[in-house]
Amino acid sequence: MSVTTSSPASTRGEAADANTGGGHVSPPVRRVRRRDWVKTAEIALLVGPGLLVFLAFVIFPVLMAAYYGFYRWQGFGGPTDFVGLQNYVTILTDPSFHDALLHNLQIVLLSLILQGPAALLIALLLNRKMRGQSLIRVLIFVPYVISEVVVGTGWSLLLQSEGALNGMLENLGLGALQQDWLADPNIAIWTLMGIITWKYLGFAVILFLAGMQGIPQELTEAAQIDGASFWQIQWRITIPLLGPTLRIWAFLSIIGSLQLFDLVYIIWGQYVASTAGTSTMATYMVVNGRNAGSYGYGNAVAVVLFLISLIVALVYQRYVLRRDTASALTGGKNR
Amino acid sequence: MTAVSAARPASSAPEKRPRRRINWSSPVIYFVAMLVIALMLAPIAYIILGGFRTNAQITVDPAGFPSPWEVGNYLTVLAEGTFWNQVLNSTMAALATTIGVVVLGLMASYVLARYKFKARGFLYALFAAGLMFPITVAITPLYIMVRSLGLMNSLPGVILPQIAFALPTTIIILVPFLRAIPDEIEEAAAIDGASRLGFFWRMVVPLALPGVITVGILAFIGSWNSYLLPLFILGNDASYTLPLGVQAFASQYSVDTARVLAFTSLSMIPALIFFSVFERRIVGGLTGAVKG
Repeated sequence: MSVTTSSPASTRGEAADANTGGGHVSPPVRRVRRRDWVKTAEIALLVGPGLLVFLAFVIFPVLMAAYYGFYRWQGFGGPTDFVGLQNYVTILTDPSFHDALLHNLQIVLLSLILQGPAALLIALLLNRKMRGQSLIRVLIFVPYVISEVVVGTGWSLLLQSEGALNGMLENLGLGALQQDWLADPNIAIWTLMGIITWKYLGFAVILFLAGMQGIPQELTEAAQIDGASFWQIQWRITIPLLGPTLRIWAFLSIIGSLQLFDLVYIIWGQYVASTAGTSTMATYMVVNGRNAGSYGYGNAVAVVLFLISLIVALVYQRYVLRRDTASALTGGKNR
Repeated sequence: MTAVSAARPASSAPEKRPRRRINWSSPVIYFVAMLVIALMLAPIAYIILGGFRTNAQITVDPAGFPSPWEVGNYLTVLAEGTFWNQVLNSTMAALATTIGVVVLGLMASYVLARYKFKARGFLYALFAAGLMFPITVAITPLYIMVRSLGLMNSLPGVILPQIAFALPTTIIILVPFLRAIPDEIEEAAAIDGASRLGFFWRMVVPLALPGVITVGILAFIGSWNSYLLPLFILGNDASYTLPLGVQAFASQYSVDTARVLAFTSLSMIPALIFFSVFERRIVGGLTGAVKG
């Protein structure tokens, strides 16, 4: 490391001197010190603005969330009513928070179980030279690009009890299958899973296809020559080599599921979500925090949500992702 | 794309047998692909076609096609000032966010990629840790902060936090890009008399353009679609962005389903156009992000 650092710096120094240093000879120590000063100024100038915005609008609010979480506070004036861990006790003993947490865990598991295999299958089928492949990829990806609000508004109209899905079932003579898709607590969570799958499946497919591009073709060609069938090749070669991509996708999916907010809040609104059985920790936070005017409590929920995500992330990182991220995070350095 | 796929089989004619086996199953694959695409596009088609129907048509047959086609819904929405106002707000917020993210992100990434100094590892880790803080966690303090800065109901109140929260992804995508620029180019530029900042403007910015476009698009679409932050910050109609506008419209005209559908489909058109223009970049950018 230190060897590589010194060499470009010194050549640059000499080059600069060759240009500017006409006649005057300055002691080498001072020259180096001046260059250091310039370098420090450049670093400050370039990193400074970004770092400032980042600290002010990401790090500081997160720290403040932890601080406000210890207060009972309506959001006006300074927080003065220190309640210690009372907010956390309330959260952890509130049955509706337990429900929300349970829904989040369901969503985490079902997302992995539903989206993973489906996306993998589609990606395997599409991973070949075929006409219109790029068009197919674009079309599968479309739902991912559309905003959650549009998706939520559209789907909630589609799924109303008098909506298009029930109407279509009626037209097809399948009236018996009609459901109250959004309000029936036995079904709502599955409806939500359907919408989530629809929206985020394309992302998984694109990710997997991208990962498959990185698998050397020689391997599959050699297996083909040895007489392996299509499915044998996928099972023995493609899927194992896709491991890193699958693990990253699962990580993103888990974190996203834990923090799910937009779709639920838009489709079920703030009141219906808990009775329909689709409330999440994030909707619980907004409903019981800002909407109820209890900012201290809302922040405490945010902290709990963050800690749960963090623990899950760390455990996942420690036991699943370790091999992959070790190179991804430091990869650039020892390139 | 099609040219390549058409050319390939001809060139690799000798090993015919395995190719033919795959071609044999391709009708099945096309069928599956069509099925998936139909499932993906049906709800979108419902929204767009629904806008062309009347409420009476929708009530009688919720799942039918428009007959006759009714353009009135779209025309009414387009004639309203609120829709265009929201388009303008969304565009300004997305453009400002994109520019801010690209400028600040590129500058910071340049230092993290090409300067050697003590705090570099720490700074990189700090920005990377930002990935762990989703906006959901910080939303309440952000709201309070923006309020005390006097930026409530104004676009800068949305733009600044969006820039901050987009920086980690941007930096993580851009740093490898900038590191990949060969040292020789920098040395050559130095010999030709360019300072490091001169090198940054003249060489780094053009060379990093593909990465810059990728992060720019991600930032733009993220801002265009964002909901939670505007929901907290933008309280009055005049400052609404499109997602808030769609939601407000949907609750205000909840009986007028056809008009809601027209409004909803008009609001997704800009994102769809933007996506179809830059599709290759987006998909490529995701690939790069995964490979780290």
